[in-house]
Amino acid sequence: MSKQDSSFAIRRLHSLLGVIPLGVFLIQHLLVNHTATRSEEAFNTASEFMGSLPFVLFLEIFVIYIPILFHGIYGIYIAFTARYNVGTYSTFRNWMFLFQRVSGVIAFIFIAIHVYQTRVQVFFGTEVDFDMVHQIVANPAWLVFYIIGIIATVYHFANGLWSFMVTWGFTQSDRSQRVMSYVSAVIFVVVSFIGIQAILAFI
Amino acid sequence: MIKFSIKRQEHTDAKSYWEEFEVPYRENMNVISALMEIQRNPVNTKGEKTTPVTWDMNCLEEVCGACSMVINGSARQSCTALVDQLEQPVKLEPMSTFPIVKDLQVDRTFMFDSLKRVKAWVPIDGTYDLGPGPRMPEKKRQTAYELSKCMTCGVCLEVCPNVNDSSDFMGAAPISQVRLFNLHPTGSMNKNERLDALMGAGGVAECGMAQNCVKACPKGIPLTTSIAAMQRETSFHMFKSFFGSDHEVE
Repeated sequence: MSKQDSSFAIRRLHSLLGVIPLGVFLIQHLLVNHTATRSEEAFNTASEFMGSLPFVLFLEIFVIYIPILFHGIYGIYIAFTARYNVGTYSTFRNWMFLFQRVSGVIAFIFIAIHVYQTRVQVFFGTEVDFDMVHQIVANPAWLVFYIIGIIATVYHFANGLWSFMVTWGFTQSDRSQRVMSYVSAVIFVVVSFIGIQAILAFI
Repeated sequence: MIKFSIKRQEHTDAKSYWEEFEVPYRENMNVISALMEIQRNPVNTKGEKTTPVTWDMNCLEEVCGACSMVINGSARQSCTALVDQLEQPVKLEPMSTFPIVKDLQVDRTFMFDSLKRVKAWVPIDGTYDLGPGPRMPEKKRQTAYELSKCMTCGVCLEVCPNVNDSSDFMGAAPISQVRLFNLHPTGSMNKNERLDALMGAGGVAECGMAQNCVKACPKGIPLTTSIAAMQRETSFHMFKSFFGSDHEVE
């Protein structure tokens, strides 16, 4: 590690946290939500199970809140230190670079509001269940906001997985990076589908 | 006549302005010979006498990298920009990522400082003859040869969204040079020093993977492969430095 500063380690940590635990948590969260497509009871059972995990507060703080705050705040710093130039150099990867930062900012705002509407309400004494989400997305404006938020978050995860693979040295050659582009496109479509199917089940 | 639209600037802190020129056509003319024509007769389209346009040049065969500028929106060398292949009016701008000395001339000191920082050389000076170094495998030589074509022209920095005033990022060229010197059998004896330098502020971790560099490189250097290779090397180097490793004693 560089003796003079910690920027390298911080960037690597930023990259790692995006996938572990945040990416893993995103998939898990959308899968739990997806139980709503079966029935209201199925979702309530699944969400009660998640809420009754041992050391749940510890898990929430160290697996979700701290990583998401670090990844989000440092990510916003990264997003605002770039000088975007897709107008002049409109290559595929340059667009992905722009979308990654735009989707990251959207996801951060979306998650902040989402946490306020759910977890913070729990703190005030409401219970997390099907009805809570149902009441939010009954308003079409919130539904659209949630769909945009889900798509942005899933895009950020799928494309972030592509750069994760480069950052940690898994995909080095041109071909491996191209193959990973296809893999992350498939992940984007599949996970978005799961997420949107789930949110629509709450209407 | 060939029309030119040139972005001019008196000195580093001056405001820029556009000036139009018309240059009589000659066969096989490149941007530099047109600029020389303007230098000989510095009169703009309005017929006003003006100062001659300043630019940088040296080899005139796209190996020195000095004459890079933004021509019709893309950063490239002006010596190999043939007027016949350019849309008119030909728009000439300096590479604005770098401090502008005057008109189209920029100061690429940042790049040379980065090369010094990452120790982009093979240290062999000493008090006695070290003898011949180890032989280089042919496959390695071929890869190294491609990387050695870098002329520090600055095009990869100009097109990079992460090289700008609010970031320290060194850009693709010096990262690729670390790969070149770490591939070299004698150079690799100091590879950890170069990796350490790459892991400082502005180093390889600040690459945003927009991959404009590899598309823009006039020498076709596989810059993004080099960056990915260095991402991998520095990842390993980070763990080795932290935990220690006897796996490969180097």
